[in-house]
Amino acid sequence: MRKEWRGFKGVKWTDDIDVRDFVQNNYTPYDGDENFLACPTESTNILWGKLSALQKEERKKGGVLDCETEVVSGINAYGPGYISEDTKNLEKVVGLQTDKPLKRAFMPYGGIKMAQQAAENYGYKINPKYDKIFNEYRKTHNQAVFDAYTPEMRTARHCHIITGLPDTYGRGRIVGDYRRVALYGVDFLIEKKKEDLLNCGDGVMTDDVIRLREEIAEQIRALGEMKKMAETYGFDISAPAKNAREAVQWLYFGYLAAIKTQNGAAMSVGRISTFLDIYIQRDLAHCILTEEEAQELIDHLVMKFRMVKFARIPSYNELFSGDPVWATLEMAGLGMDGRHMVTKNDFRFLHTLENMGPSPEPNLTVLYSKRLPENFKRYAAKISVETSSIQYENDDVMRPVWGDDYSICCCVSATQTGKEMQFFGARANLAKCLLYAINGGKDEKFLNKDGSHMQVGPELSPITSEYLNYDEVVKKYDIMMDWLAGLYVNTLNLIQYMHDKYYYEAAEMALIDTDVRRTFATGIAGFSHVVDSLCAIKYAKVKTIRDETGFVTDYEIEGDFPRYGNDDDRADDIAVKLLKTFMTKIRKHHTYRNSEPTTSILTITSNVVYGKATGALPDGRKAFEPFSPGANPAYGAEKNGLLASLNSTAKLPYEYALDGISNTQTINPSALGHSDDERVKNLVSVLDGYFSQGAHHLNVNIFGREKLIDAMNHPEKEEYANFTIRVSGYAVKFIDLTREQQLDVISRTCHERL
Amino acid sequence: MGDKNITAKVHSFESFGAVDGPGVRFVVFLQGCDMRCLYCHNPETWDKNKGSEYTPEEIFEKAEKYSSYWGDDGGITVSGGEPLLQIDFLTEFFKLCRENGVNTCIDTSLQPFTREEPYFSKFKNLMNYTDLLLCDIKHIDPEIHLNLTGKKNDNIISCFRYLDEIDKPIWIRYVLVPKITDDDIYLKKTAEFIKSLSNVKKIEVLPYHTLGVPEYEKLKIPYRLKGVEPPDSDRVKNAIKILSSGVSSL
Repeated sequence: MRKEWRGFKGVKWTDDIDVRDFVQNNYTPYDGDENFLACPTESTNILWGKLSALQKEERKKGGVLDCETEVVSGINAYGPGYISEDTKNLEKVVGLQTDKPLKRAFMPYGGIKMAQQAAENYGYKINPKYDKIFNEYRKTHNQAVFDAYTPEMRTARHCHIITGLPDTYGRGRIVGDYRRVALYGVDFLIEKKKEDLLNCGDGVMTDDVIRLREEIAEQIRALGEMKKMAETYGFDISAPAKNAREAVQWLYFGYLAAIKTQNGAAMSVGRISTFLDIYIQRDLAHCILTEEEAQELIDHLVMKFRMVKFARIPSYNELFSGDPVWATLEMAGLGMDGRHMVTKNDFRFLHTLENMGPSPEPNLTVLYSKRLPENFKRYAAKISVETSSIQYENDDVMRPVWGDDYSICCCVSATQTGKEMQFFGARANLAKCLLYAINGGKDEKFLNKDGSHMQVGPELSPITSEYLNYDEVVKKYDIMMDWLAGLYVNTLNLIQYMHDKYYYEAAEMALIDTDVRRTFATGIAGFSHVVDSLCAIKYAKVKTIRDETGFVTDYEIEGDFPRYGNDDDRADDIAVKLLKTFMTKIRKHHTYRNSEPTTSILTITSNVVYGKATGALPDGRKAFEPFSPGANPAYGAEKNGLLASLNSTAKLPYEYALDGISNTQTINPSALGHSDDERVKNLVSVLDGYFSQGAHHLNVNIFGREKLIDAMNHPEKEEYANFTIRVSGYAVKFIDLTREQQLDVISRTCHERL
Repeated sequence: MGDKNITAKVHSFESFGAVDGPGVRFVVFLQGCDMRCLYCHNPETWDKNKGSEYTPEEIFEKAEKYSSYWGDDGGITVSGGEPLLQIDFLTEFFKLCRENGVNTCIDTSLQPFTREEPYFSKFKNLMNYTDLLLCDIKHIDPEIHLNLTGKKNDNIISCFRYLDEIDKPIWIRYVLVPKITDDDIYLKKTAEFIKSLSNVKKIEVLPYHTLGVPEYEKLKIPYRLKGVEPPDSDRVKNAIKILSSGVSSL
C-alpha cells in the first residue's frame, strides 16, 4: 500500500478508482453532540474580516467588485491568487478563480455575446479583439445552438413556453468527484484515463467512439493542467494527499479547475464531508492535528466556496436571482449497510455558519433520515432556527435509487458521485401549456406584427364554450402537452449536443468514470397553478372572458374549489396525475446520448420570470403575476396550516420526479415554539414527520414577514448584511435579491399563529 | 356510556400547533366562549351559535393524518373558544384519542367549571382522558378579573384547587398586558397562588399583541384596549421571573 494511505482500510479502492469503497471502509460515525466544536482561530477571523469587507465593497459597487476584460479564463490563465498578499500565509486553503478575490472571470465559450454583455452590465468592456476571435475563428456554444434551432423552437423559446434554457450559459450540474484528486493524486487518475483511451472502441470509428476518444484526450489534458495549477501554488498533487490539510487542498484544486473553466448555473461541490473526516480523524489520532486546526481547515475551505463568482447577464439574474453558484455540499445520510454517515465533519461544516455567520454558499444540504442520530438532527435544526441557511433532502427516498454516495448537483437533483453526469434542461411552462389548450395553441401574451396572437403550439380547435368543461379541457391539454414534451426534449437534445461539442466540461469529466451514466433533467414550471386551475374547472364553475376576437383573456370563478396545499385528496390526486402524465410523455422521446429522462418540480427564482410571461389562469391567478415556486402551493392557497401543506407535497411520488421536488416553507419563530429549545425540538418533529411520508425536499426558513419587510426597506442595517433566506432550492442573501424578487418572497405564505 | 354521535361546534382546525402544549400538535378550535376578555385576539369564536358540526370520529380522522409529526410528546389539543363549554363532546373525543394512544390536552380558561352537579361529575370523568391542561390565569384579583373578562374568578380558582387535589398536570398561561396584568403587586400575588399548587409543570408568559384588532373591525365590535402597546421585553422577562418563582414543582 502507498505510504500516503497508511492506516486506511480496504483493498478494492486501492486498485480501482472507488471512493465509495474507501469511505465505507474508513469513516467513523459520530453519535455525540456539538460540544467538541472549536471557535474560529485568529487567522480565520482575520481572513473572514477581509473577505467581509470585500463583500461589502462588492455590494456598494452594484454587485460586482471586479471583472476580467483581457484574459480568457482557463485552468492556468492566472498565476496564484490570494485573499490578500499580506495575509497569504494565513490561508490554510489556497486558490482563486482569477488573480484577485471576487474578481469575475471572462468565460466566452458558452457564448461570446453573453460574456460581453455580462461585463458591460457592470461597466466593463471586454477587449474588442475577442469579438473577432470568438465570432470568426472559434464558434461558441450559444451560436452553435442558434445555428441549429428550428423556427418552432425559436418561437417556443421567445414565448417562454420553454424557457431558462442553458443556451446562453453553461449547463452546469456536473459534479466532478473532487475527492479523487486527494485520494489518488493526479498521476494515477491520468494513468487510468489513458487505459480508458486505449480501450475506447474496437477501431471502427463511429460517431460515438470518435467523440469519446476526443473527450478522454481532453480530460487527460485537463488533469495535466490541474497539476500545473497546483505547482504555481507550491503543491505537487501528482501523488495522493498525505494528511488532512493536503486532502482539503487537493480536493479544492480539483474543484477550482472546474470553476475556472465552466460557468454552469450550478457548480456543486458534492459529498465531501464524510470523506474529509477520514483524513481529519487519522491526523487527530496521530496527534498531528488539533480540533481547532481541523475546524480552521473546514472554515477556510468554506470561505473559498463563499467566494465563487461568475459574470452573469441581466436575464440570467432574473432566472436565478441573488448571484447563486450552488456550491452544494452534503452531510449525513445513511449507508447501504444501515450505518448512519454522520461524522464530526458534518458538525464542522454546519458550524461554519456560526464561526463566520450565515451565508447562502456553500449550499449546505442535510441528507435526512429519521434514523440519523438525534444529536445531529437537533444541531442541524438549531442552525436552521438561527440562520435559515440549510436545506434538507430525504435520504430514505434517494438512497434506494442512487445508493449511498450520491451528491446533489444543484438544489434537489441527486447524481451518483463520479459515476454520473446530468444534462440540465431548465423547465417547461405547463401553466402556459394549459392556456394553449384553451386557446388553440395561440399565445396569450406574444403577438404577431399585425397584432394577432402568435401561433406557437399546434392549431387545435380552441374551446368556444362560455364555461369550461373539465373533460374537454383535460383532453385538449393532453394533446397540447404531448406536443410540448416532444418539442422540449428535442430542443434539449440539440442544446446538450452543442454543449458537449463547444463547451465540454473536461475538468469535471476527468474526475468522473469514462463509462458515465447520464440523466436528462427536464423540469416543470407552474405546477400548483395547473393543479388549482383543473380543480377550479372540475369543482367550481369557470367562466371564460373573451376579447372581441373570441380569444380567452381571463376567467371568472363561481363557487369554491379544493386547492393543492391543504391535504385534500381531490386536489392532490390531480397533482399526482399531472406529474405522472408529464413524465410519461417525456419518456416517450429519444434523449441525447441515451440518457435517462427525469423531471423536477423546481423553479429556483424563475417562478417570477415564467409568471411574467404567462396570462391569467383559471385558478384565479392574475395575468403576469409570479407563479408559486417549485412544488409549493399557490400563494394564499394553504388554509389548514403548515402540516396540511407538507402532506400535500409529500404525496407527489419521487419515482416520477427523480430530479427533485422542491418545497420551501417559512415559519414564524413564534409559531414554532416559545423558546429556542422548543423550536429546535419541534422542527425535528416536523422533519421526521414530513420525510417519513416519503417527501423529497424542504427548505426551512425561520423568520417572520416583518423582518423581510424591514430588510427590504433598510438594507443598510448591519443585521441584514448577511441575512440569508432559503428560496426554491438554494439560499440567498435577501438584500441581494431584486426588489421584484423581494416582493415575491414577502408575498409567499408564512406560517404563523396569532 | 356517552353518545358517539354527539357533535361539536368547531371554529377551525390547525394542522401545525407548536405552541399549544408539548411538541407538535393538531389543534381543534371549538366555537363559543362566555368570557369577553378585553385582549381576546379571536372574538370570532365567541358566538355559541356559529361553527361547523363534527363528530368525534370525523375530527379524529382529520387529526390522524398528522400523526407522523407528533413524535414522542405531541398529540391533539382542543382549544377555543372555550372547550369546557362542550364537555360532553370533549369527553367522547378524548376517549377516542386515548383508545388510539394519542396524547390529549385542553387549552382552557376553566371558566365553565363548577362543583355543582351534573357538571362536576362530567368534569371528573373528562379528567380520566386528559393528559394535560393549559390553564389561563386572566387575573388574580377578583374585581379586576370581572372587569377584564366579564366573569368572576372564584370558580376558576376552585378548579385550580381541584386539579391540584387530583394531581392533574397543568401548564399556566399568563397574558401580559401593560397596565392590566403586568403590575408587580399582582404578579407577586399570582406567584403566591401558583406556589400553593403542586401540579404546575410549566409557566408561559404570553405578551399581549394587537394582531387580533382587524378582526374586531370586521365584526364591528368596539376594541376597548385601543392604544395599549405590547409589553417590552424587560417586562416580559420580569413577569417570567416573578411567576416562575412560584413554581415549586418545576
